[in-house]
Amino acid sequence: MLAVKTNNPTTLTEEIQIKIREVMEQYPAGKSKSALLPVLHIVQDENAGWLSVEAMEKVAELMGLRPIEVYEVATFYSMYNLKPVGKFLLEVCRTGPCAIMKGEWLIDYLKKKLKIDIGETTVDGVFTLKTVECLGACGYAPMMQIGEYYYEHLNSEEKVDKLLEDFRMKGFNKN
Amino acid sequence: MGKKILLEHIDKPGIKSYEVYRQNGGYNSVEKALKEMKPSDIVEEVKKSGLRGRGGAGFPAGMKWSFIDKKSGNPRYLVCNADESEPGTFKDRYLMEFIPHLLIEGMITSSIALESNLGFIYIRGEYKWIKKILEQAISEARAAGWLGHNILGTGYSLELVVHPGAGAYICGEETALLESLEGKRGNPRIKPPFPAVKGLYGNPTVVNNVETIATVPWIINNGGDAYAKIGIGRSTGTKLISACGNINKPGVYEIELGLPVEEFLNSDEYCGGVHNGKMLKAVVAGGSSVPILPAELFLKTKKGESRLMSYESLSDGGFESGTMLGSGGFIVYDEDQCIVRNTWNFSRFYHHESCGQCSPCREGTGWMEKVLHNLESGHGKMSDIDLLWDIQKKIDGNTICPLGDAAAWPVASAIRHFREEFEWHIEYTHEAQKRNYGLLKSTKEFFAASVV
Repeated sequence: MLAVKTNNPTTLTEEIQIKIREVMEQYPAGKSKSALLPVLHIVQDENAGWLSVEAMEKVAELMGLRPIEVYEVATFYSMYNLKPVGKFLLEVCRTGPCAIMKGEWLIDYLKKKLKIDIGETTVDGVFTLKTVECLGACGYAPMMQIGEYYYEHLNSEEKVDKLLEDFRMKGFNKN
Repeated sequence: MGKKILLEHIDKPGIKSYEVYRQNGGYNSVEKALKEMKPSDIVEEVKKSGLRGRGGAGFPAGMKWSFIDKKSGNPRYLVCNADESEPGTFKDRYLMEFIPHLLIEGMITSSIALESNLGFIYIRGEYKWIKKILEQAISEARAAGWLGHNILGTGYSLELVVHPGAGAYICGEETALLESLEGKRGNPRIKPPFPAVKGLYGNPTVVNNVETIATVPWIINNGGDAYAKIGIGRSTGTKLISACGNINKPGVYEIELGLPVEEFLNSDEYCGGVHNGKMLKAVVAGGSSVPILPAELFLKTKKGESRLMSYESLSDGGFESGTMLGSGGFIVYDEDQCIVRNTWNFSRFYHHESCGQCSPCREGTGWMEKVLHNLESGHGKMSDIDLLWDIQKKIDGNTICPLGDAAAWPVASAIRHFREEFEWHIEYTHEAQKRNYGLLKSTKEFFAASVV
């Protein structure tokens, strides 16, 4: 679902625009559309972790694509967030091998602990809870991804509490 | 200890770095391939090795290479499939994270064979830190003269690009991967034409799994015949197995093909047995798509022979009583696990991951998920089992790509081997409704036990 229009045009720094051009130049002449997935990742990271309609239109403009070519891709891949997310996105694996190793418990515990449902953000805007399909960490279950890294063996309340606390502290320190 | 090829040097401190990797013979295959061999010789060695695609399908790699169109004069591409997302599979991640130069060396040597000057590593978007590791390895290799223009003064040039996906299981299917690499939705293409003729940008392309490509340097250094002597029968060489589920020692293991499954499961060198002293209930031997087998059929074939970790032995008996080696995603279920709940979970996965092009898959996976959810939660009826059988049969073989088959097989095998468990959910609806996460018994004990 193509969700949110902010009515504020997305601006990107010169530095980010150079980075985008560099990515586009990695592909053969005339094939720079190939850069669409990596460019959307860059823009999402710059845009507080999600892609607004305006952000996608900016990508289309920079890459010389029609907006629909960007929308159809952004809506296909699950890593692109089409509505605002909290400071930290908790992407918890729900697939079979995790599920049989307390993965379902982990999801329930996070819901209870953060007092939010899947897809929601805590009132302080720090955490968004998202369930994802197999992340390739089956031997280290249960687990979740936060930002760049995986956090594995999250099989007790103590471990989960500590992890959330660490991120909450970092989250507040950043501002 | 079995033969180690891919993980031979994994325990050497600093093997992740270029210097240590090079000190241990790294990049020798590139030198040999460029200076002593013709591209066709390299293809010939890989053919002789009997190496089969390690992504799951098991198609002979050398043969796949020999199909690439070199006559048209169009640019040729090697694309590494690092979109590892088959549930239960986490072996490519291990290789790329801990010995990244092995893949880079394999990419270079394989590109020489295919006479390709541009290669891509399509890595799943979630492996963000591994993308950086690979990019670092590429820049080290370039600085040392193994990549770029005029490599080793031979006139051969090659560039490698690491390309991230963005969360789509379907992009592990090679034509969906190519669509995605072109900046589009990951909708699989109708074959033929095969990528070897019309692949990336309409040009001849070979798509190989990470593990397949990482095996090439050893074959070039030691010869295809030496590789073919390892393993058993047509299952030559070694295979990485990622073991997970209810076992004592989950992790990634390199095994010589032909190892008895019982040894792999119970030996302390590998899985270390079922955890908490539990009984083995079932095994998914090669990633979520392959048929699940009950303990007795997993350990021994229907003819009563001990099963081995090989393409042939695991598929002995066909789908009636066998399974597949697949991607090497080895998932173990103990006696407390509920097969119906697991099947529902997998169906939900395939429903979520269906690209939506073919109606049997798009509609069928969602339908199976709904019926299985009803059954699992104690709201099913007896006719649902036959309905599920009917739906999976109508998906299997009727879609553009194998995702449809992959969605059908777990359902078919669960009903085939565990029908009584489905019936139990219908006969004892009240019991089914009150179980904790579907566990059959001793929930408290399971949750008290520490994992790893």
